[in-house]
Amino acid sequence: MVGLLHSIEIALGATCLGLLIGTGGAYGKLYGGPVVRDLLAVYTTVVRAVPELVLILLLYYAGTDLINQALTAIGYQRIDISGLAAGIAVLGFVQGAYSTEVIRGAILAIPQGQIEAARAYGMSPGLLLRRITLPAMLPFAIPGLANLWLIATKDTALLAVVGFYELALATRQAAGVTKAYFTFFFAAGVLYLLLSLFSNLIIGRVEAWSRRGMPSLKEAR
Amino acid sequence: MMAQGAAPVLKHTAQDGAAEAIHVENLHKKFGELHVLKGVSLSARDGEVIAIIGGSGSGKSTLLRCINCLENPTSGIIRVNGEEIKLRADSHGHTVPADRRQIERIRSKLGMVFQNFNLWSHMTLIENVIEVPVHVLGVKREVAIAEAEKLLARVGLAEKRDVYPAYLSGGQQQRAAIARALAINPRVMLFDEPTSALDPELVGEVLRVIGDLAREGRTMVLVTHEMKFAREVATHVVYLYNGLVEEEGPPEQIFGAPRSERLKQFIRNIG
Repeated sequence: MVGLLHSIEIALGATCLGLLIGTGGAYGKLYGGPVVRDLLAVYTTVVRAVPELVLILLLYYAGTDLINQALTAIGYQRIDISGLAAGIAVLGFVQGAYSTEVIRGAILAIPQGQIEAARAYGMSPGLLLRRITLPAMLPFAIPGLANLWLIATKDTALLAVVGFYELALATRQAAGVTKAYFTFFFAAGVLYLLLSLFSNLIIGRVEAWSRRGMPSLKEAR
Repeated sequence: MMAQGAAPVLKHTAQDGAAEAIHVENLHKKFGELHVLKGVSLSARDGEVIAIIGGSGSGKSTLLRCINCLENPTSGIIRVNGEEIKLRADSHGHTVPADRRQIERIRSKLGMVFQNFNLWSHMTLIENVIEVPVHVLGVKREVAIAEAEKLLARVGLAEKRDVYPAYLSGGQQQRAAIARALAINPRVMLFDEPTSALDPELVGEVLRVIGDLAREGRTMVLVTHEMKFAREVATHVVYLYNGLVEEEGPPEQIFGAPRSERLKQFIRNIG
């Protein structure tokens, strides 16, 4: 149970971080200067090209090592980075690359006239993002972002390899100790399933809300 | 196609010496190699209704969109309310607004109505109308709502206040877009072919609303293909041909006694 909670914590944190990176990344790719665009292209290409397991190992071990080296270099004590923070940072970094592309596509799907109208009425770029672009792109982004969230809940299992105590590792340990492999892995499977079903329920609500103002496709058939 | 049975228009003629709301001087606009505007000048005094007519590709929409810098002019002077828009060249040699805040302030005084309405689809009509007053101009929400209800009633959409744009006809959407433009209490209304995307039977209801505004003495710049309407409401007509003002003058002269051969032909073709 603690394992499940940890999994959810990481997935939530990583998704939030990923959304922040994704929104910034999509904006940078669409409206940024050439340097910003190139850097973001490198980020999304590399992160999406390397297997996540490799990235997690790389970022977790190399990342904490780099931070500690930097800290000792400027004369601070080495710190122990908490597994939770590291897990969120690593998965969030990976999620950010995928959501950059999802959100970029969604922003491109907004009828440009709506953005033009906002500019024509003197909205500043920040206000335009908050009041028009983000709410208008949401219905186009939700299906892709929902995928990313569900993947994030399961990607937490990969963190088991760096020794983070989440659902998959908890299950393996419990099963190893009791030798009741089937029972524990079955139970873990059910927990993942319940998490997905519950997520679908919430996502359905959010999607219906974000599509307010859009006539249902059922009526158009 | 015209507003049927519209009352004869009592034209509100601007007095000499009325303040100049919009002043455009020697405006050039190039899209890459394409030279769309080749030195156009235009002036709108308070209370005037300027109709810009011309064939497709003559630059009339571009001219209107340059006034609020939706398109950045390549060169020229634009003054709104006597305030000149500051422009500068960016690193690629394109002309861009030098002061974002100035542009935003000027834009918030110009009520733009688009060919394709461009209402915000995730907001109901009332939310569309109060959006700019509340979030750009800082009007209190309750005040903005009260005002927006009056405006929606005025364009005949009082009962549709909580409906999303996608559920309305084009004519209703365009009338709502006019209410949205009026909500900022604009110094000048800019209309970019407001009836071109409408079904013929919906054109009349929109023209009636615009005609009412003209009769009230609102300052307007109107790009249109509705010649009969332009003749009725405009105080001054500008005929653009190939990026230049070919002929301009009061509507009686432009439509009744055109001098330029091209304008004669244009009016014959539009018929």
